Amino acid sequence: MDNPYLSVAALNRYIKRKFDADIHLRDVYVKGELSNVKLHSSGHIYFTLKDEKSRINAAMFRGNASKLKFRPEEGMNVLVRGDVNVYEAAGQYQLYANSMQPDGVGELYIAFEQLKERLGKEGLFNPQWKQPIPRFPGKVGVVTAPTGAAVRDICTTLARRYPLAEVLLFPAVVQGENAASSIVSAIRKANDFGGIDVLIVGRGGGSIEDLWAFNEEPVVREIFSSRIPVISAVGHETDTVISDFVADLRAPTPTAAAEMAVPDSVELARRILEVKSRMHQSLLGRMRQETRRLEALESSYPLQFPERLYRPFAERLDALEERFLQSAQRLIGDRRHAAVNLDTRLHARSPGVLIDAAKDRTDRLGRELERNARETVKLHGRTFASSLRTLQALNPLAVMERGYSIVRSGDRVVKSAAALSAGDRIGISFRDGTAEAEVLSTAEGKDGNT
Amino acid sequence: MEERKEEIKFEEAISRLEEIVRRLESGDVPLEDAISLYKKGLELSAVCHGKLQAAEKQLVTLIGEDGSQTPFNPANGGTRNE
Repeated sequence: MDNPYLSVAALNRYIKRKFDADIHLRDVYVKGELSNVKLHSSGHIYFTLKDEKSRINAAMFRGNASKLKFRPEEGMNVLVRGDVNVYEAAGQYQLYANSMQPDGVGELYIAFEQLKERLGKEGLFNPQWKQPIPRFPGKVGVVTAPTGAAVRDICTTLARRYPLAEVLLFPAVVQGENAASSIVSAIRKANDFGGIDVLIVGRGGGSIEDLWAFNEEPVVREIFSSRIPVISAVGHETDTVISDFVADLRAPTPTAAAEMAVPDSVELARRILEVKSRMHQSLLGRMRQETRRLEALESSYPLQFPERLYRPFAERLDALEERFLQSAQRLIGDRRHAAVNLDTRLHARSPGVLIDAAKDRTDRLGRELERNARETVKLHGRTFASSLRTLQALNPLAVMERGYSIVRSGDRVVKSAAALSAGDRIGISFRDGTAEAEVLSTAEGKDGNT
Repeated sequence: MEERKEEIKFEEAISRLEEIVRRLESGDVPLEDAISLYKKGLELSAVCHGKLQAAEKQLVTLIGEDGSQTPFNPANGGTRNE
């Protein structure tokens, strides 16, 4: 402690410890302009990052430098992420860059943003245009370079997952000047081919320039107008191209695109088995259910005692039969009675009987007639004798025998003196003749002589 | 009927199979129909399995500029295998 002087190394080591301890310096984001860029043969990059007011020394080691998609150049504005630490040997603090990207002023970047915005406003990225990817494509079209990792990844993945599908490869140049027109023509050819269910369009990873064709308007519009649903598969996960926005489905890698294009046949087989077992279970369950229903019905009251079902009907039948017999008998009895009656009446009216009856009646009437006649004759005989005696007593001649005469005036018999007047001419009948006379006088009284 | 089975596409077969299961599970199918659906379902699942197993090797065809079709083997770096 009596010596207050430190070695330089100790001082720098001390300062380095301070930097190490500062949590903020472990991960910093800095933007600035590149200057003094040195691309060392070792692969490391050394540069200075500056702005109008200040500057900082910086380095990027080979591991990170190899991942850069652009070539750092003098005057370029960049965004850098890294940590700040001390280079003890030089007594300098430095920015150690892990990643670096152009700070939004790159030409391609601007072109990318402009096209994306314009096509976006036009509505090309709208969800309404997205076509569904068929679940079980029969034919898978692939537009990519016929050589390289992408086509191999796509084909092996398709073959592994779903060998059922046929793969049609439409080779295209995927980078360089002719890439855009080549890709457009391949997509068009795939659409014209017919029967293709899904189209994978893409390429493997590369620099932004390598992927650039997929940011060009003709390619983007061709993907948009493709009738076949398109899966875009450009570069790696972190790479984004405009084709990704316009495609019906975006895959992070070519392998992923193949996985999205087809189902996994192993999984499918497993699902078919599952479906089969569900089907089986479902039918089995149904059979059990129906069996239970049947059993329940069989054990139900009416089916257990089936005779109880028809008993009321049997009873009714018996009653009806009974009534039928009774009424039939009554009907027959009535008819028979009527027949007997008619028979009797008919018999009564048979000619023999009628004749016998008439004969009887004739005999009886004859006898009665005879008796009546005899009695009548007898009666008349007696009446006649009596009448004869009366008649004999009344005979005027007999009276006149006894001295009586009959006076007539004209044709009339004069029975009263009063009927005569003096001077009347009268006829007088005697027993033995007549005389004419004239009335002298009349007087009343008996015998005229009183 | 045999011919139809050959003709039916995998997608149609599996879609019909799914429809059959859905109907069977809904339970509102008369028993006789359920049994015939089940039989049809078994046929379809056999067809699906058959198709999956039959496609051992995938057919990859390279379509040339002129529309020509060439078998393509991606395994050996994309060079044509014949």
